[in-house]
Amino acid sequence: MSETKAPLESSERFKPVATRRDFLGLAAAWSAVAAFVMAMLGAMRLPMPSVFPESNSRAKLGRPAAFAKNSTTYFPKQRLWLFRGEDGFHALSSVCPHLGCIVERKEGGQFSCPCHGSKFDVEGNLTGGPAPKGLVSVELTVSPEGQLVADTLQEVPRGTVLNA
Amino acid sequence: MTKDDKGSTATVETSEARDKGDSPLREFGANLVSTPREFRDSVVRHGKPTSDRAKSQVVMSNFFLHILPVRIHMHSLKAATTLGLGVATFVLFIILCFTGVLLMVYYKPAVDQAYGSMLDIMNVVPTGRLIRNVHRWSAHAMVACVFLHMARAFYTSAYKKPRQFNWVVGMGLFVLTLALSFTGYLLPWDQLAYWAVTIGANIAQSPREVTDALGVTGVFDVGGVQKELLLGAHMVGQEALIRFYVLHVVVLPVITAILIGVHFWRIRKDGGMVRPAAADAPPVAPVLSAEPAPLKTYGLMGLMKGRTPAVNLELRNTVTAWPNALYVIGAATMVTVLSMLLLGFWFDAPLKEMANPAVPENPAKAPWYFLGLQELVSYSAFMGGVGIPAIVVLGIALVPFLDREKEDAGVWFSGKRGKIVTLYSVLFGTVTVVGMLCFTVKFGWLRDWEATAHVPQIVITAFNPGTVFVALFALWSIVVVKVTRSTRMGAIALFTCFLVGFVILTYFATVHRGPNWDFYWSQSDWPVH
Ligand code: HEM
Ligand code: FES
Repeated sequence: MSETKAPLESSERFKPVATRRDFLGLAAAWSAVAAFVMAMLGAMRLPMPSVFPESNSRAKLGRPAAFAKNSTTYFPKQRLWLFRGEDGFHALSSVCPHLGCIVERKEGGQFSCPCHGSKFDVEGNLTGGPAPKGLVSVELTVSPEGQLVADTLQEVPRGTVLNA
Repeated sequence: MTKDDKGSTATVETSEARDKGDSPLREFGANLVSTPREFRDSVVRHGKPTSDRAKSQVVMSNFFLHILPVRIHMHSLKAATTLGLGVATFVLFIILCFTGVLLMVYYKPAVDQAYGSMLDIMNVVPTGRLIRNVHRWSAHAMVACVFLHMARAFYTSAYKKPRQFNWVVGMGLFVLTLALSFTGYLLPWDQLAYWAVTIGANIAQSPREVTDALGVTGVFDVGGVQKELLLGAHMVGQEALIRFYVLHVVVLPVITAILIGVHFWRIRKDGGMVRPAAADAPPVAPVLSAEPAPLKTYGLMGLMKGRTPAVNLELRNTVTAWPNALYVIGAATMVTVLSMLLLGFWFDAPLKEMANPAVPENPAKAPWYFLGLQELVSYSAFMGGVGIPAIVVLGIALVPFLDREKEDAGVWFSGKRGKIVTLYSVLFGTVTVVGMLCFTVKFGWLRDWEATAHVPQIVITAFNPGTVFVALFALWSIVVVKVTRSTRMGAIALFTCFLVGFVILTYFATVHRGPNWDFYWSQSDWPVH
């Protein structure tokens, strides 16, 4: 700003609302602002989806009998591993909890992520790298017609096993 | 504006014809013949720009030129003042709009067609390959120019009063430029695009790292909301592609264009380019040519808000914008356009295989200007992707309000002392960042050590190589403020450190990070797979 202009008197700058007319004018102006902001907020609600394209996150994996004991099966589309142990089934998501790359399963059954090198043990627990937590244990259920169903958006506590 | 001699001659002719009592048809014929000239005179209301007065009129009466002052200070036209970087950035933006609209003619934003339409553009569409290449290289160049332009404005103290607000507008443009690049990156729908954007979207979600640690994600899930807004889904897919497309071709360019308008308007209102007091020294060249007295004193029109209200002083060392400024702008434009054309002619923009959501690219590298962040993200998603960038952008935007020292602005590095501080800061920044990188590559970090293998995530979020050197930078600049008793020197120290950190991290992630984000001396050492 030009230095030649005298600074406003502070009393001038913060002049209190003096008259009724000033007050009504200000009230009108601020109501208009508030109405505009609310309208914008309302319009901005649109991009926030209420239904997700993947809302059907449940996928049938097959009949339990189709999987041998102590076997591991990878489902690339659902991005999960299905394990059948001695006492039942459990599933691990292959999406890295760091930034969403797909982790690889190594010879020994451990997992490692190609993107920033997060490492997980055979149970999916975090052992190294930048991921904030371990791989997600995915919920498994059995459908009425006897199919194994995985819901990739439902997490279950580690060690949960489905007897089927 | 004043009516010009030429325009009035034409009018006289026709009225003469009427006086003679000629038929209306004759008059119509005469009008028809003189229409091209009449039309020209209605567009350009002044004579040839030979006099200072006419040159002023050219600039003032032309919609596109009136963004320029009538007279411009010679210091502003010197190459060393701006390095032409702002103009280059603007020209790149125009090139991008132009080539972008051409690409839109063939591009289809659908997951099953996008990649195919890119192949078409590259291999079938006439000039498609060149246009795509120019678009891609100009995008990279715009990011580079915006960085350098910001650095130039910083080191010449152009952010000081009265230009504080324009600096903030500039920061807005900086963020918008990066957002434009990021949204454009997804559109080819190739492997590189898919995985870089997957990582980007999960960075948007990374505040969960903190809300999870505090146990409040259930009620206050900023990260989740951000990712859902960006992708319209949980994964990068059709919804995300359309959203990115809309942002890339409409929302962001329009906002950017408006902000560029504000940016330019403020430059005029703030008194043109910043210049040191020495530039107002007695004239080094004759200023006003001996022209017949103008109708108006355009010196007054060129009056700028400067240090002094002395009108005469303002005219010192100025030249008419037409054609002097236009030569300079034209030269910068030519260089920019030519380099983009040559780049586009010789080098093809990369296009990998089509996106495959089942198999990540390894390594999945973002575009170069995000690679520094990607290195930080490999320590902590939240700090590297959200925390540190937010601190840096906010910090830089607030510089003019934190450093209000009155000094001779427009001097590179604020003189000798600033140069020394810059040099020491480059040294400090290099040692800190290279040191931390070597340490991390050699010894790992908390989780790799037995004693700290199981520290909670929040500790790593707060204390990782990235936060350590940001803290060291802050410390260093505080020391500089103490020693030099100058906030400007402190600002130089901090800004230089950030710049050095950015350059080194970008280099490091580009050259030395390979598959699994492991360290390699060069790409030829990468394991084959
Ligand atoms: C789309 C991005 C941008 C465009 C097109 C742009 C364009 C320009 C142009 C043409 C100028 C005239 C001087 C010159 O050529 O250097 C200028 C000046 C300026 N710009 Fe930018 N700019 C952009 C971004 C930025 C950024 C990121 C900053 C800093 C945060 C910034 C801060 C300034 C300042 C402070 C000036 C006044 C310089 C002075 O008085 O010497 N601008 N800009
Ligand atoms: S995405 Fe797996 S480590 Fe980063």
